[in-house]
Amino acid sequence: MQQGWILFKRNAADFWRVFSRNRLGIAGAFLVVSAVTVAIIAPLLTPYTPQEIIRDAAGRGMTFAPPTAHGPLGTDDGGRDVWTQLVYGARISLTVGFLAGFIAMFIGSLLGIIAGYFGGATDTLLMRITDVLLVIPDLPLMLVLVATLRQMDLKISPLLVLIMVIGLLYWTSTARLIRSQVLSIKERQFVYRARAIGAGHWHIISRHILPQIMPLIVANTVLILSTAILIESGLAFLGLGDPTQPSWGTMLNFAFDRNAVTNGAWWFYLPPGLAIVWVTLGCVLLGNVLEEMLNPRLSAHHLEGEQKILAGKGGS
Amino acid sequence: MSRRDYLLRKFSLALITVLVVVIINFVLFRILPGDPVRAVIGRNVRISPETQEALRIQFGLDKPLFFNLDSGNWLDSQFFNTLGQWAQGNLGISWSLRKPVAEVLGAKLGNTLLLIGLGQFLSIILGVGLGLVAGWKRKTPLDVGALMFSLIAWAIPTFWLGIILLAAGSTWLGLPTGGIVSPGNVGKPLYTVIPDLARHLILPTLTLTILYMGEYMLIMRSSILEVLSEDYILTAKAKGFSTMQVLWRHALKNAMLPIVTIIALNLGFTVSGAIYIETVYSYDGLGKLFQTALTKQDYPLLQGAFLLLAFSVIVANMLADILYTTLDPRVRAS
Repeated sequence: MQQGWILFKRNAADFWRVFSRNRLGIAGAFLVVSAVTVAIIAPLLTPYTPQEIIRDAAGRGMTFAPPTAHGPLGTDDGGRDVWTQLVYGARISLTVGFLAGFIAMFIGSLLGIIAGYFGGATDTLLMRITDVLLVIPDLPLMLVLVATLRQMDLKISPLLVLIMVIGLLYWTSTARLIRSQVLSIKERQFVYRARAIGAGHWHIISRHILPQIMPLIVANTVLILSTAILIESGLAFLGLGDPTQPSWGTMLNFAFDRNAVTNGAWWFYLPPGLAIVWVTLGCVLLGNVLEEMLNPRLSAHHLEGEQKILAGKGGS
Repeated sequence: MSRRDYLLRKFSLALITVLVVVIINFVLFRILPGDPVRAVIGRNVRISPETQEALRIQFGLDKPLFFNLDSGNWLDSQFFNTLGQWAQGNLGISWSLRKPVAEVLGAKLGNTLLLIGLGQFLSIILGVGLGLVAGWKRKTPLDVGALMFSLIAWAIPTFWLGIILLAAGSTWLGLPTGGIVSPGNVGKPLYTVIPDLARHLILPTLTLTILYMGEYMLIMRSSILEVLSEDYILTAKAKGFSTMQVLWRHALKNAMLPIVTIIALNLGFTVSGAIYIETVYSYDGLGKLFQTALTKQDYPLLQGAFLLLAFSVIVANMLADILYTTLDPRVRAS
């Protein structure tokens, strides 16, 4: 693992050389980077705004116009440009997914390190908490939480509610993974030596343990991102998104509620779903390849890699 | 750890989890804005302040939240009284349907079990079968294809897969777009309208099957790979059994063990799938009910459904642990 970290940190060129030979990794990186790019340059990709109504020559709003009548992806039930909503939706979906994923990763890593490093009663308590959280069905819990929080009139944006609820619930698998790594690292010679010469907890954790588990955290974060984006899309589909800032999930919620299926408006309900698959598939491919590269443990017995694909799949 | 200790630990974990769920449910209900009396009888019912006060006392809302330290009985509090009500199956009155929540939930439970049961049954058979073949023929195009399938099945949002199959199935195959039976058959006992019911079940079941299959396949595949590397497989081959006999008699039985736990551990995931799929197909079950309660902000119904779903998943998890110790001789012996 240390080898992987040195590759990652000190020798970006070497890392790239190994990474660029991995076709799946490159494919994953392409999917993720392209989606992020689209989100950033969204206004440059379309002449319209998401709420703007497209009108025909006679000045009437064009509802459910197919791509042949209005390119490239037609219009929705209210006459708004689907392509425009899609590229602006990338901003919402990716922002919510990434922020929620980072929160989950941060909490998971922190609690995993604390549980693994200090052990004893702290460890037992934290692991019992993850046991309990893992058994409670996540989607119903999230729906009840989000519904209550929104009802409470807290004056916070619905998107922030989503970010918090997803971030605060999806740290358990990360915490367990990090904990098991820390457990093995803290028994190594260099940790004993550091302690013998009087290093404090903070020094040992930040200088000796954190660099060792960093590669694992990076790989796990990419995997968590895919889960967070899927969950966001699901909650938004069930109507818990922000209608004024539609994500891909919210678009699908609109499309479904406003009968895009019965109207045969495939250009309205296919693209947002494809976009979600684009990003989640990219994250899963990238995450698995990073994990394989940065964690030599996995290359020893490659059977584990396949199960990792499913680790942390939640309510979507 | 002896088997008794193991089971005791699992049982106490289940008990603690139930307690956590109950506390979450109780606290969420109390922190809703507005008067709790409103939360019990509904927001739009017109009542005088006197009636409201009478109701407040009748529902015990004048009592302390968690512990009644002033009276002789500490447990005479809102929390423990509510707990007692829930334990008796009294989950309150649905605001939108004006019926007891327990009754509403009971009426939908069967439909959901039918859908989930069918989906699980098919996905287990197909997933286990495909996983067995993929592991056996490792690194062939069939194996790679199966892996790609499970990867994509993972990345697709459940509800979107449902929408696509709904659009495709209703356009090209003329299958119904929603509901559990045709309007003319609503209200009749389900077993009398089986052909109609079956037509309505095809698409939701297919969606669920595709969704779960990938995961069972992956687990079966790695499980079979592990078993095939065991010495007793070599021994069986050496004794002259055919490949089929070895796979069927020796490998499959042992490789099935992890599947048993996964099925139950996945139940939370199954429940999520049901919420999405029943919403997409307007299938009249618990998942659809949950979604309706959400959009109508029917809190008693929402919380009752959450309590029921969480409780079922927790119990199923515990049962799976018990089943596993009975099935796996290694756990039984230790």
